[in-house]
Amino acid sequence: MSTVSLAQFHQVFFEESLEGLDVMEAALLALDQGGDAELVHRIFRAAHSIKGGAATFGFPDMAAFTHEAESLLDELRDGRRATDKPIVELLLRTVDCLRGMFDRAQTGQPLADAQSDELRQQLAATVGRTVVAPAGKAAGKSAATSGWVIQFRPHPGMLAGGNDPLRLLRELGELGQLTVEAQLDRLPALDALDPSECHLAWRIELVGAATHEAIAAVFEWVEGECDLSIEPMAQVVTPQPASVVEAVAAPVVQNVAAKAAAGSNDSGSVRVGIDKIDGLIDLVGELVITQAMLDQFREDFDPSRIALLQQGLAQLARHTRTLQENVMGIRMLPIGSVFNRFPRLVRDLTQKLGKQVKLDMIGEHTELDKTVLEKIGDPLVHLVRNAIDHGLEMPDKRRAAGKNETGTLRLEAFHRGGSIVVEIVDDGAGLNRDAIVAKALQKGLIQSAEGLSDDTVNELIFQPGFSTAATTTDLSGRGVGMDVVRRNVTDLGGSVAIKSRLGFGTTFTITLPLTLAIIDGLSAAVGEECYIVPLVSIVESVQLRADAVRSVVGGGELFRFRNEYLPIVRLHEQFGCPGAKQKIEDGLVIVVEADTGRVGLFIDGLIGQQQAVVKSLEANYRRVEGISGATILADGSVALIIDVAGLVRMQSRRKAA
Amino acid sequence: MAKILAVDDSASMRGMVAFTLRSAGYDVSEAENGQLALDAARGSRFDLVLADVNMPVMDGLSMVRELRVLPEYKGVPILMLTTESNTEKKMEGKAAGATGWLVKPFDPEQLLATVRRVLG
Repeated sequence: MSTVSLAQFHQVFFEESLEGLDVMEAALLALDQGGDAELVHRIFRAAHSIKGGAATFGFPDMAAFTHEAESLLDELRDGRRATDKPIVELLLRTVDCLRGMFDRAQTGQPLADAQSDELRQQLAATVGRTVVAPAGKAAGKSAATSGWVIQFRPHPGMLAGGNDPLRLLRELGELGQLTVEAQLDRLPALDALDPSECHLAWRIELVGAATHEAIAAVFEWVEGECDLSIEPMAQVVTPQPASVVEAVAAPVVQNVAAKAAAGSNDSGSVRVGIDKIDGLIDLVGELVITQAMLDQFREDFDPSRIALLQQGLAQLARHTRTLQENVMGIRMLPIGSVFNRFPRLVRDLTQKLGKQVKLDMIGEHTELDKTVLEKIGDPLVHLVRNAIDHGLEMPDKRRAAGKNETGTLRLEAFHRGGSIVVEIVDDGAGLNRDAIVAKALQKGLIQSAEGLSDDTVNELIFQPGFSTAATTTDLSGRGVGMDVVRRNVTDLGGSVAIKSRLGFGTTFTITLPLTLAIIDGLSAAVGEECYIVPLVSIVESVQLRADAVRSVVGGGELFRFRNEYLPIVRLHEQFGCPGAKQKIEDGLVIVVEADTGRVGLFIDGLIGQQQAVVKSLEANYRRVEGISGATILADGSVALIIDVAGLVRMQSRRKAA
Repeated sequence: MAKILAVDDSASMRGMVAFTLRSAGYDVSEAENGQLALDAARGSRFDLVLADVNMPVMDGLSMVRELRVLPEYKGVPILMLTTESNTEKKMEGKAAGATGWLVKPFDPEQLLATVRRVLG
C-alpha cells in the first residue's frame, strides 16, 4: 500500500532546512569569532537533519553532498580536527551550495552541478577520502539450505529493552515452517521467579529457503542480549545468481515528486506559533458566545432589554477588534529573519575591503508584516553595504582620527507609535557636505549650495542618479542608488530619514507601517464621494478665509501655513467629483505631509476617523495616480484611499513644468 | 488502537512518521525533542516510542535512559530513528535501553512494516 506521498512533506522539509542553513551560517560565523563546542554540535545537528531529510524525501544528490560535510563536522565534533579559518570558509561555502540546491529542488531542477561536485570532492579530500561513483550493490548472498537450526537463549534483561521473544518467533515464522522447542532448564523456582526477566530458551528448526542474513536480521536488535547460534540443517548448497535489481526506479520518482513540490511552492506560507493559533481559537469561542447572546433578541425583542443589547454589541465590537488584531498578527514575523543575513554580509565585505567592523543587532524579535519584511531586505542590504563601503573608514584612518580601529555598525528595530523603526547607525566618517555639493553641482541637481542647510544637502543623496564615490566599487555600486532605496521604502508606506555628523558617523532611520492591510484614516467628503486620507500623513486641518489664498501664475493656489507657502490640491478637480464645494471658505483644507513635502488638500468636510481595510485598485481595476487603493465603507459603498506621496509628487511636477 | 509517540526535531520527518502511522489508524502524539517527549510520556502511557538520535535540548539516547528509569516504560518498545548505520551508534542506543532501530532513510512502507512487527 502506498497511500502516503512523500511530496506533501517537501515544503516543510525545504522550510526547515533553509532555517537549518541559517542556523549553520550563524553558528559558523560565531565559530569564526572563536565560539564554543556547542556551536559545532548545533552545526552538526542542522547538517545531520538535512542529510536525513534529503535521503528520506528523495534527494539523494543532496544527501550524498551533505554526507561529506557531515563527516567533516563529525571530526570537528570529536575534536579530531581543529576548527580553523579555512574549515569555516569551506563550510560556509557548503551552506551557500546547499542553498543553491534547495533553490533548484523547489523548481524541480537537477540538484548537483559542477560547483557542488567540486565542493563535494573538496570536502571529501579534507576528511581524507575520495568520492567514488556509486557502484551497484555488491552481489553475492550466502548459499541457501533446506533449513536451519537456531539456538536462542535470551539474557534475563532482554525483556526490559522492549524486545519480546514472541515477536522474534513470529517473525521467524514468516521465513519458513517452524518447529519450536522451549527449554526450561534455567527456569527458577516459583518463589525466586522475577516475571520481568526472561528465563526461557528456545531451539528452533526452520524449514525453508531463508538465508542466514534474513534470519540474523530477525535477531539484529537483540545482538548482545542473547546467546544465539544459527546452523544450517543440511549442507545443501545452491549457487545464487548475482542480484542487480535494487534501486532502479528511484530517479523517476524523485523528478515527479520535485515537480509536485515546485507547483505547490508559489502560494507561499507562513509558520505561525501555536500560541497565536490558540489565541484565535479562544477569541472565536468568545465570538460564538456573544453571537448566541445577541441571537436571543431575534426571537423576542423587548425595549426594556435595550441595555443588554447594547452590552452585547459592545462585546461584539471588542471581540471583532481583538480578532482583527490577532489575525493581522499571523502575518507578523520577526525582523530577525532579515537581520540574519547581515553577519555573513558584514564578514564578507570587511574581509574583502580590509576593514574592521563590529556588527550589533538589537530588537531582532520586533515583528513586521510579512509583505513589508520581504520587501525591506534589499533596501537594508543596500544601506549596510553603503555604511561599510563608504561610511566606515580603514583601520589606519580611524586610528589617525583618534577612533577605535574597529568600527561599529548597529542595526536596531523597535516600535514607535503605530510604526516600526529600523535604524542603521555607523560611527564612520559621516557625510561630507563639500563632496555632496560638488557632485550635486556637477549633476545639475542644484545651482548653488548657498543657504542650503546641512539636512537639505544630505537629502540630495536621495536624488536619482546621485553617487558620491569617485569610483563605484563592485560592492555597493550595483546600479542601485539611494533614490531606489527611498522609493522602495515609500512604496511600503514608510519613510527614510538621514542624520549625519562629519567625523562621527551616519544614521539612517527607516519608519515602516505595522501592516499594509489596514490603515487608520480620516474619511473626507468631496461632493458625493468619500475619500480616505491616511492618518499618519495628516499634519493639521484648517479652515481658510478666501483672502488667505494666493493665486500664482499657471493656475496654482498657495496658502501660508506656519512659515511656508503650501500648494492647494482641490480633490474635486483632481479626481473630477461633481457637486463639490467650490469656495475655499466653505470647505476645509487638510495639511498632509510626505517625505518630499507638504500640500493642502481641499475637501468639503470631514466625516470621521475610521479603519480602512486596503483593497488593491491595481489588481481589481488599474493604477490611478494619487490613489493608493480602495476600501469598503460600513454602508457598502467604495471609498478611494489617497496616496499622499503620489499627490505631492504630482504637485511638484506641476510646479516644475 | 496502539498509542505511539513520535520524537524528532525535524518537522518534516516527524510529520511523515506521524502522518503515515495515523493513516494506518494508530493514535500518534508528537514531540520535538527528548525533554518534551519525557513530559508527554509521563502524562500518558505509550505502546511504542520512535525517537530521533540527534536533537537539541535532550538527545534521543538521554531520553531513552530517562524513560527506562520510569517503571511503566520498562519493556515498552523504543526504536531509534537514526542515520548512523554504523554498529557503534546502534550499540550505544542499545546500551541506553533502546529496543531497536530504524535506519534513515526509510519510506512509509518500511516504517509501517517495522511498527507492525514490533506491535504485533
